[in-house]
Amino acid sequence: MSILTLARLQFAFTAAFHYLYPPLSIGLGLLLVIVEGLWLATKKPLYHQMARFWTKVFALTFAIGVATGLVMEFEFGTNWATYSRYVGDVFGSALAAEGIFAFFLESGFLAVLLFGWDKVGPKVHFLAACMVAFGAHFSAIWIVVANSWMQTPAGFHIVGEGLKARAEITDFWAMVFNPSSMDRLAHTVFAAWQAGAWLMVSVGAFYLLRRRHRDFALASVKIGVVVALVGAILSLASGHHSAEGVAVNQPAKLAAFEGLWETGPRAPLHLFGWVDAANERTRGVALPGMLSWLAHGSADAPVTGLRDVPKDERPPVNFTFQLFHLMVAVGFAMIGLGLWTVWVWWRGRLDHSRLLLWLLTFSVLGPQIANQAGWWVAEVGRQPWIVYKLLRTSDALSKVVAANQIVASMIMFMSIYALLFAVFVFLLNEKIKHGPDEADLVPTGKLGTGLATGEGGAT
Amino acid sequence: MNYGTLDLNTVWFVIVGALFTGYVMLDGFDLGVGILHLFAAKKDEERRVFLNAIGPVWDGNEVWLVTGGGALFAAFPNVYATVFSGFYLAFMALLCALIFRAVAIEFRSKHASPRWRCFWDRSFAIGSLFSSLLIGVAMGNIAWGVPLDKNGEFAGGFLGMLHPYALLMGVTTVALFSMHGAIYLVLKTEGALQTQVRRWVNPLIITFILCYVIVSLATLLYVPHVTEAFRNEPWFFAIAVSVVLLIANIPREVNHGREFLAFLSSCGAMIGLMAIFGVGSYPNLVFSLPHPEYSLTAFNAASSRKTLGVMFTIALIGVPVVLAYSASIYWIFRGKVQLNKTSY
Repeated sequence: MSILTLARLQFAFTAAFHYLYPPLSIGLGLLLVIVEGLWLATKKPLYHQMARFWTKVFALTFAIGVATGLVMEFEFGTNWATYSRYVGDVFGSALAAEGIFAFFLESGFLAVLLFGWDKVGPKVHFLAACMVAFGAHFSAIWIVVANSWMQTPAGFHIVGEGLKARAEITDFWAMVFNPSSMDRLAHTVFAAWQAGAWLMVSVGAFYLLRRRHRDFALASVKIGVVVALVGAILSLASGHHSAEGVAVNQPAKLAAFEGLWETGPRAPLHLFGWVDAANERTRGVALPGMLSWLAHGSADAPVTGLRDVPKDERPPVNFTFQLFHLMVAVGFAMIGLGLWTVWVWWRGRLDHSRLLLWLLTFSVLGPQIANQAGWWVAEVGRQPWIVYKLLRTSDALSKVVAANQIVASMIMFMSIYALLFAVFVFLLNEKIKHGPDEADLVPTGKLGTGLATGEGGAT
Repeated sequence: MNYGTLDLNTVWFVIVGALFTGYVMLDGFDLGVGILHLFAAKKDEERRVFLNAIGPVWDGNEVWLVTGGGALFAAFPNVYATVFSGFYLAFMALLCALIFRAVAIEFRSKHASPRWRCFWDRSFAIGSLFSSLLIGVAMGNIAWGVPLDKNGEFAGGFLGMLHPYALLMGVTTVALFSMHGAIYLVLKTEGALQTQVRRWVNPLIITFILCYVIVSLATLLYVPHVTEAFRNEPWFFAIAVSVVLLIANIPREVNHGREFLAFLSSCGAMIGLMAIFGVGSYPNLVFSLPHPEYSLTAFNAASSRKTLGVMFTIALIGVPVVLAYSASIYWIFRGKVQLNKTSY
């Protein structure tokens, strides 16, 4: 294998593994705010018990997210040194802003969230939950802005030539609000809400199936499914808006999403299919004119096909096509599952419909699959560019890193991550089996006294 | 943002230096606690006290490294690219050590089996030890100089980085972090465990002072470009002296039971050491040996003035806020460790 393939594989593997966790932190962060808010508002001990249980799960996902995130930050330099020199002026500042604004906030207030139960009052604890959730969302902002700049660069100019060429910022805000950043940010965050919310629904549904912790389980399913359904519908809306942007800004990518070869009006939308890239053909079931209508609002609008993209500027088409369709299919399935759940809830039969509960127990996998597929589509669909139309991935490598070094580090990461994943699943399973603590129905320390006297202040 | 004639390159040299100083000063005691974990705490409950002494803060402390790395990427992309690709295997090993350190803290007490705890105790200790050693070796290489070609790319190999001076710096860093960690533990423990931890302080101080003297001698004799900076500005010598005085002050404060002042002294000494490192290096970020003219400096490896300015604004807004809430979080978790059901 070439160094390029190895470096891409290693980066993809570590990024994909890392990306299992931040969406959970973002989603669970929001849910903790909701649960603690409900507790403050209603003073029901059930919500205190929920907050206690879900902060423990949050801590677990956060720890692995931090440990694997540090790797990502170093890997831009280790694997993609040429890229780092090229984009440092633009990309680096977003990364530094992420550290200063997001990570400090998240990790600092996490301490209060996890260990501050008996040390601060309920309002300060709620504030800590808000700050952690805020920090988690903030971290998404900066990294998605930086990544979107790689998709649709803006607010920069190129200085120097050949080896010394690099992008420099001319307009910071144009860089931040580059054409794709807000759409992609919205789509990423709504998908992350689903990751956290469906986890909550899954655990609740599992308890209902086993007839354990009924109150806790029902509340988890109800709160979870509201956030999940809102997230799922917003994901669809933001995804559609994002694709309209892709049609304008990255036509080759949109063509790869849909396996579209011929440029023209009445472009078809495939429900599913298979792309034969060698013969430049796509077979499958398609709705005629639908792609034109979705991308440009009119069935008669022309959509660029891959034949009008030079061969050396085309992304891997079938791979992009399949993962894009997987993401969309899962997205619609989650909306359907959410609507079904709400309907059953409305009819008051949540703990009777065993088929639904079984499906809900596995619903946690849905957003994870869609998130992974979506990230792969975004990154592979941009190929062969690392920065769209500016820098090719093959030119972005570290010049001094040898293949055997990458192989060694890849073996290392694969073994460590396999171990981490096994331990994560083991501990999550133990926590779920152990369930919420009955003792948590009685708040302790300052939380208890604060509520009893009606005062929530810290001191 | 326009900062007139302000020398933003030097400002960012100082800011990046300050972020890494924050990292070694704060995560330094976390790593030190880790190094002492197997030796100074034998019983399960003692080990839990050790873990919970750093429990609420280690995560935030590690963010200083993340932000330092991000700031280096943004302000000096050429340095970030050269160092991280050049020290590839060393950084991968460091990442491995830091991952084990981090997840060991989180995982250890989540399951009661003795073999489980033993495994994560060892991961925590070995991860901390190797992280400290590798950080020291990396700093040793930066001080000594690394081979760069005319494009500023690293032109050496992995084994070439393990020369005696770098290893000496590695050992010194381990001694420094262990000392710092022991003092922090004295601050956070009480009773019999505190007496037990206190016994480690003096031997660790002596070990560190010995290493410090040897490193200083080696620097004087073999690293002329660092000593030159000090010859040119004699008042820098005052920093080196104050480091020694601050360290000598530690046993005095410990004996008087003023644990917090002892810890502050240790923090002050670490700031002094990083200042010496920075002053000795300036304006070089990566000194090139044997071709000093290829060195990467705060001027030839920096981002555009525009970016440095924008980021300076970000730092001016962000850093005071970060310091304020970090301080309040340390305040909330002040005092001796009390184990309860939310503890590790």
